[in-house]
Amino acid sequence: MPKFDITAFQEKARHYREDILTMVCDAGSGHIGGAFSGVEILVSLYHYKMRHNPQNPSWSQRDRFIMSKGHASALLYVTLADCGYFPKEELKTFRKLNSRLQGHVYSGVPGVEFSTGALGQGLSVSCGIALGVKLRQSDSRVYCFLGDGEIQEGQNWEAAMTASQHKLDNLCAILDQNKIQQNDLVSKIKNEEPLADKWRSFGWEVIEVDGHNFSELTAALDALDRIKGKPVFIIAHTVKGKGVSFMENQAKWHSRLPTPRERQAALEELGG
Amino acid sequence: MEMKSTREAFGEALVELGRENNKIVVLSGDLEDSTRCEYFKKEFPNRFFNLGIAEQDLVGAAVGLTFEGWIPLVCSFASFLLPSAYSVLRLSVCYNNKNVKLIGSHGGLTVGPDGATAQSLEDFAITRVLPNIRVICPVDALETKKALCQIASLEGPVYMRLARIPFPVITQDAQPFEIGKANILRRGKDVSIIACGLMVSEALKAADILSREKIETEVINMHTIKPLDEETIVQSARSAGAIVTAEEHQMYGGLGSAVAEVLGKRHPVPLEMVAVRDTFGESGEPEELLRKYQLKDTDIVNAAKNALKRKMRK
Repeated sequence: MPKFDITAFQEKARHYREDILTMVCDAGSGHIGGAFSGVEILVSLYHYKMRHNPQNPSWSQRDRFIMSKGHASALLYVTLADCGYFPKEELKTFRKLNSRLQGHVYSGVPGVEFSTGALGQGLSVSCGIALGVKLRQSDSRVYCFLGDGEIQEGQNWEAAMTASQHKLDNLCAILDQNKIQQNDLVSKIKNEEPLADKWRSFGWEVIEVDGHNFSELTAALDALDRIKGKPVFIIAHTVKGKGVSFMENQAKWHSRLPTPRERQAALEELGG
Repeated sequence: MEMKSTREAFGEALVELGRENNKIVVLSGDLEDSTRCEYFKKEFPNRFFNLGIAEQDLVGAAVGLTFEGWIPLVCSFASFLLPSAYSVLRLSVCYNNKNVKLIGSHGGLTVGPDGATAQSLEDFAITRVLPNIRVICPVDALETKKALCQIASLEGPVYMRLARIPFPVITQDAQPFEIGKANILRRGKDVSIIACGLMVSEALKAADILSREKIETEVINMHTIKPLDEETIVQSARSAGAIVTAEEHQMYGGLGSAVAEVLGKRHPVPLEMVAVRDTFGESGEPEELLRKYQLKDTDIVNAAKNALKRKMRK
């Protein structure tokens, strides 16, 4: 497992955003905003914290990662290809007929644990995995990556109760709180605040971090080892479309396709 | 004739299964007394989870348990489990093709006095349309035990419907049971009745009544709604030339519809359906409900005669 190396992480984050942009543009559709907001979170998980082995994706001692916000598929595929789960060349097939790289996160892709795309289902599945891991007395951890629009789905709150009831301290949910859903600000559509209080009241340990700051993210992930008896909810404050100025904090960049000029401008900005 | 409910047989068989296979885990939507999986809970408390009244989470957690090699059986009322967790069933279970066994008790009208909200009349329709899932409705207590053993040993999603009230036990220990292979219980060349669950015993009674009028009736126990035994249906349609389906289910989308699809594709013959006619149920004793909603042996007899008349006119 590589150690904390902020320069390397930042370089990875920059490359991931370039690759996501290229994938979506080449596919002719996709979700850029919510993929960009989660880049630093996935880099921190896959290159710092998670126990996994790209040469043996079904290694029984691995940590499990469930990407509940399945529309951020490009982010997960880029991460997995970079880790070596499958050739990077395959990213060109994203969203194309007969490709494994389905539009929403698909378990046919090496390294992907679970197919998602209808929001709200990942946390229950993560609870079940965490229960199953405890039942077989393994020390694997389960990470569930959630979107903030997504937690409007009631199933999350059913799962929140299950996790605390069963003291699933091997479960960590990470909320990519970019504060924007498909059509507007989350706060304008179905306000979720006070979010930290809500999860605390459901029996979770809550940690809030800047979701683009590697020091804060990795510190929060390291804190997991010290928290016993309850599940952990990391609220990662993020920016939708992070990294490209004209995409940041704009609901339209949830699933808009850049024009050729915008693509060029975005690449130049990311290449910085 | 011995009478026993399929839910009771399930509860007993589940304990035996738990002893034989330590990978079996059971999840309950706070109805373990009603679904009889409480017998398993008593013997294997560590492998039993009551996740409360939250069906989406219940089914989702079962999916998660499959990741670690556990074989989860999710037990609740069919009418709550399937409609409430349908999106989870579609994506988390079926699209991901996970080894989850959904056990829906209280299928059909014979739930009785609890009324329409607890009576599941749509479960075949909404499950059989999903890829990867198998749909089973055992005919009696013995068949329930055989079915449970088989669904636990096969990989992939299964929905099995159970019933509340005691049914006649019409099969024998030695009778073979194979998922996807119908059992012909009675041979006859004039008309064929394809039924499932409790309606099979009504069909056998109907066949007795018809035989007094010199009408020879075939009776088929179609315990597997999906994958449907098309060959047996087509052979029966060829030999009898007229079909009646009988089920404790809505007329649209259930066994009758599934049989109609096969006949339409491969061997069209007159078809009459005995089923609930696009209406919800209500409170009442099971026998009263079967009568009011025209699911009795006599209703099957009338349907058989109508099918025969249409056959003769051809």
